[in-house]
Amino acid sequence: MDGARMMAGHSLAHESAAAQITGQAQYVDDLSELKGTLFAAPICSQQAHGLLSALDITEASAMPGVIRIIQASDLPADPLLATFVHDEPIFASTRVQHVGQVIGLVIAQDVNTARLAARRVKAQIDPLAPILNIEQALAAKSWVLPPVSMVRGEPDLALATAPHRISGQTTVGGQEHFYLEGQVAYAIPQEQGRIFVHSSSQHPGEVQHWVAHALNLPMHWVTVETRRMGGGFGGKETQAGHLAVWAAIAAQLTGHPVKMRLDRDEDFMITGKRHNFLAKYEVGFDPQGQIQALKVMLASQCGFSADLSGPVNDRAMFHLDNGYFLAHVRIDSFRCKTHTQSNTAFRGFGGPQGMFVIETIMGEIARKLGIDALLVRRRNLYGSAPRNSTPYGMVVEDNILPQLLSSLEHSSQYQERKRASTAWNAEQTHIKRGIAITPVKFGISFTATQFNQAGALVQVYTDGSVLVHHGGTEMGQGLHTKVCQIVADALGLPFAQVAISASDTSKIANASATAASAGTDLNARAAQVAALEIRNRLADFAAQLDRCKPDEVKFASGLITTPVNSREFVSLVQAAYAARIQLWSDGFYKTPKIHYDKTTMQGRPFYYFAYGAACVEVLIDTLSGEHKICGIDILHDVGTSINPAIDIGQIEGGFVQGMGWLTTEELVWDGKGKLSTHAPSTYKIPTSGDIPQHFRVDLWPEANREDNVFGSKAVGEPPFMLALAVIEALRDAVSSIHPQMAFVLNAPATPSEVLNAIEQLRA
Amino acid sequence: MTNQDASNHHTSPGAVIRFWRGGRVHQIPTPNPNQTLLEYLRSPEGLNARGTKEGCAEGDCGACTVVLAELGDETKPLKFRAINSCIRFTHQIDGCALWTVEDLSTGQGLLHPVQQALLNSHGSQCGFCTPGFVMSLFALYQNQNDQSLQAQDQGNLRARGEPVSREQAVAALSGNLCRCTGYRPILDAAQAMTLLPKVEQPEGAIKAALLALAKATAIAGTNSDDDIKANANAKELAPAIDQQGIFHPSDLATLLQQRRDHPQAQLIAGATDVGLWVTKQGRRFESVIDVTRTKELGHIMVSASHLEIGAAVRLEEAYQALVNVRPQVAVFARRFAGLPVRQSGTLGGNLANGSPIGDSMPLLISLGASIRLASAQRGPREMALEDFYLGYRRTALALDEVLTHILVPLPKVEELSRIYKVSKRFEDDISAVCIGIHITLSRQNSTTSNPTITSARIGVGGMAAIPSRARKTEDSLIGKTFSHETFVKAKESISREFEPLDDMRSSAKYRRQMAGNLLLRFWHEITQPHQINSLESLDAKPIVWMAQE
Repeated sequence: MDGARMMAGHSLAHESAAAQITGQAQYVDDLSELKGTLFAAPICSQQAHGLLSALDITEASAMPGVIRIIQASDLPADPLLATFVHDEPIFASTRVQHVGQVIGLVIAQDVNTARLAARRVKAQIDPLAPILNIEQALAAKSWVLPPVSMVRGEPDLALATAPHRISGQTTVGGQEHFYLEGQVAYAIPQEQGRIFVHSSSQHPGEVQHWVAHALNLPMHWVTVETRRMGGGFGGKETQAGHLAVWAAIAAQLTGHPVKMRLDRDEDFMITGKRHNFLAKYEVGFDPQGQIQALKVMLASQCGFSADLSGPVNDRAMFHLDNGYFLAHVRIDSFRCKTHTQSNTAFRGFGGPQGMFVIETIMGEIARKLGIDALLVRRRNLYGSAPRNSTPYGMVVEDNILPQLLSSLEHSSQYQERKRASTAWNAEQTHIKRGIAITPVKFGISFTATQFNQAGALVQVYTDGSVLVHHGGTEMGQGLHTKVCQIVADALGLPFAQVAISASDTSKIANASATAASAGTDLNARAAQVAALEIRNRLADFAAQLDRCKPDEVKFASGLITTPVNSREFVSLVQAAYAARIQLWSDGFYKTPKIHYDKTTMQGRPFYYFAYGAACVEVLIDTLSGEHKICGIDILHDVGTSINPAIDIGQIEGGFVQGMGWLTTEELVWDGKGKLSTHAPSTYKIPTSGDIPQHFRVDLWPEANREDNVFGSKAVGEPPFMLALAVIEALRDAVSSIHPQMAFVLNAPATPSEVLNAIEQLRA
Repeated sequence: MTNQDASNHHTSPGAVIRFWRGGRVHQIPTPNPNQTLLEYLRSPEGLNARGTKEGCAEGDCGACTVVLAELGDETKPLKFRAINSCIRFTHQIDGCALWTVEDLSTGQGLLHPVQQALLNSHGSQCGFCTPGFVMSLFALYQNQNDQSLQAQDQGNLRARGEPVSREQAVAALSGNLCRCTGYRPILDAAQAMTLLPKVEQPEGAIKAALLALAKATAIAGTNSDDDIKANANAKELAPAIDQQGIFHPSDLATLLQQRRDHPQAQLIAGATDVGLWVTKQGRRFESVIDVTRTKELGHIMVSASHLEIGAAVRLEEAYQALVNVRPQVAVFARRFAGLPVRQSGTLGGNLANGSPIGDSMPLLISLGASIRLASAQRGPREMALEDFYLGYRRTALALDEVLTHILVPLPKVEELSRIYKVSKRFEDDISAVCIGIHITLSRQNSTTSNPTITSARIGVGGMAAIPSRARKTEDSLIGKTFSHETFVKAKESISREFEPLDDMRSSAKYRRQMAGNLLLRFWHEITQPHQINSLESLDAKPIVWMAQE
């Protein structure tokens, strides 16, 4: 590697890539078990809703290898998890609230015995009528949290006077995270009642808090470590906590190390997913397609507990505008309680569902008026004052969508393809084409302002090697790689000289979840602050030695250079150590400018917006509803990229995951509330055959206009929503059967759903 | 693991499992009939090799992919198969060579081209699926061999690692799921890996080791000298029941005898479904009979009238044989499960399993296939495939019987046949509806310019509790003019003929619609070849790019 160049800004390989491709990278289940390790398996409710009267454990207890069966009555402290709303039991005790809810654990000498025994525990449950979907919950006014409304202007009045109106409703499905590594935790009792937990978690700090709460231990007696996750996507933000608490309770009660890893089917049945939404809307617009008024009812299926449903639904409201100015708007949000898995964070965190609604509306306006949908979208974009303020009162200062859309329209040859597509549809009887461009504007920062802080610890050893701790976690997104690049540049070192071991609650206290796309913004900045502190001390020291000014000391290529001398980094470090100069430092960062008032729903919840747009072309078979994507062109804004290869990886991966959400990934519950798509045999995420050869990604060539680490922008979530172009392209193709006629195409757009839309136009 | 010199192996008949990995032969002294290969790989008591991951334990995600090579035909190069170790049983690797992700790098940090290409293209993010992708690509690398005569002259060791097309890469990765990357960098790596300096496996040594293992097994079964051919008597060759309840009969007579003597023993072949009975349903077998070593069940033969496929022929080879005589089956064949399942599962297993959504049945029923069953007592019998299915997952197979062969009539000049499948995802998905259509036409007795339909066979899956023939709809076609009107009527007929279910794969309504619409697709495909009638075989490209070609 060329040591002279900067590390940030280059496509360095993921810090774990070589270990991953040789099978050396360890995940929690790969760690060697300590002697005496026991294995836990969940006992799950088979009823969606009912009163739990007894557990018959006779048969299970008698199985050879079964050590103990744990249920609610065995809990050492609070029977509720330390969730934000404090509404979720560790184990169901008197009432079960979804099929798959965990009632207890079987602890056994091996995992197969534990699982077999768990099936033989018989729960006596007197069934109660369950609420299984949004419609039932709305009718019953069944909420996990009270409804919330956001209003600006005079939507009713503006709607009444609008030249054109459309009203409609649409649904968008949930989504299973399908992290390839299922949920897992390994809890190891320590001396004096302390506990150590290996957790596959996006939020070790919260896991620590939950475990401490459940075991009634002070937090400093609980250590949680996460080296890496085999995928997270939001699914290991709160949901990893359950596994860790269960394993820790079992470890405390048995005095043995306990590993708990869910089988894939259990993972589907137990853990929460992306919220599915129902939206009803009324929109008024002018003859050019510019929206004059919008009223939307957003209802989501939250499951049996609140979990993160409050902020998820808030974010759906915040992103209902996507990139569009809504002068008169009312959004009513209902957070429905149902007897199903408790839905949770998932990449985009409600944003995709909110944007799904407005993009649906944009397409409908275009079809109703017979105008190109891209033109309608452009006419509604945020602009200069007064068309620059969001419904929650934040001024959009960094809007680049007008230029970005023009650029993509040109580079993707959208207009030529649109014309050619129309010509194709006139010639071909069965296979129709559609094309769409949709934009993304996604707000970056946790909407709960307090979480926008991060800490880091950078330590320089006397051999010149550097170890970084920070509060973020690695789930494949390349956070550790980017942090190492930033720290390497701060100290003028080659990449290989900087390492990160694992995220560890005993190193960095009170770290926020690695979520909201903010992992790099927060943690790389904190690590940079720490590294610069060390650099300054070394610069002062070198300046003393060489009698120059500290700002004349340069750090580059592993050398520390003054006007009179050049030293190896390690030489100066050793001299500094001998001179008793502190070679480690902490760093702290909090996001500036943000503020938000939950009661008025007004403020600046986001530091900045990340933008992007995608052009997608599809083919549909009008006899079967099957479809194929034939081209994807993306132009996305990551500011100045710290690592273009990693950012492109996030963009492509996010897009394909969003494509799956909108097409093949269908969650189906049976009439009794049992999820019947609970494994990859029935739940279909995209495969390599689903992506077209033409899959082009370009990065928008402009730094973040706000002061952010390296001029970069967050990239984890925003590209997910680029996939909305897929469903809009499908709708464009369906529309070719009977242009300007309204139809409903809900998501996921399975072949069956597409055929249903086609039949509406043929009827 | 004990390092065992296989040629010395004369003891403990049939009870020891031996396989080659990492330059030497390993043995498992007391195999458990219910242990999966993945459990064995990861267990501290097994290989303690935890690079191979469990993603689903049902053969649908590919995180557990490893590569096996069987000896097969000694005169041919080794065939490398990527398989799902999560549903293959440990005892089934007896006599095989095994590679896991740990086996590829050549030490000192030297990466195999597969690994180097993945590294270069940023093909891993979270890395959990990565070992499986590495192994699927490794099998592809090994099987991309130089087919030229010159290369063949050099004996068995034909050059591996020849160029890979994007289509081949997609096919090779059809059983691997990645949730992070969106696949583009992995497909790039698949095409770039063959441009890197080649790495060879010690195939000569491996074949020699496997040959020695095969002989040792034969010797162990007979306690006689080392000439396998001299011991062709089946009863002598077959190991007696071993103490672990694992039977690997090497010939049909022994298989039938063991089946008769141990009717409770579970018959297994590729274990692509039986494996799930263990991992997902928690079932445990006292004893198992693995039919994949039974040589008579491994043959493919072509007679003047029929293609005869042994029941234990892997789906990949069985479908290749079907495609060879009916090329229109090719796309369907690629969509049957993912490659690791096709490399493991057998055609006989797919049929005998009797699932109403198995894909082979609609095809073979439409082609008029029959099956041969055999028992030690009563010998062989044949029946039409559709008559084999009696009820949901209930077949005509007697407790002492084994499905031995599938007989598929060869195509006739006057036939028109197609097979269609509709599912949520094109690759590696189970059908919502599958329909095989086979008709013959004649111009005799035709009163119009169109010919007359003289025979019709329609096989359907997903429409009833068993794979079925759509007899009423066939009747609505036979004797009618080959016309759009006839097919519109047939469409109406087939949507009335069945009472399909609503389930997680499809609504009943959609199944009915599709059965009918696929009959229309058949009509369009035959009569409107200038139109594009289906997406599954279409190489989808942006329209402007298409126009430029």
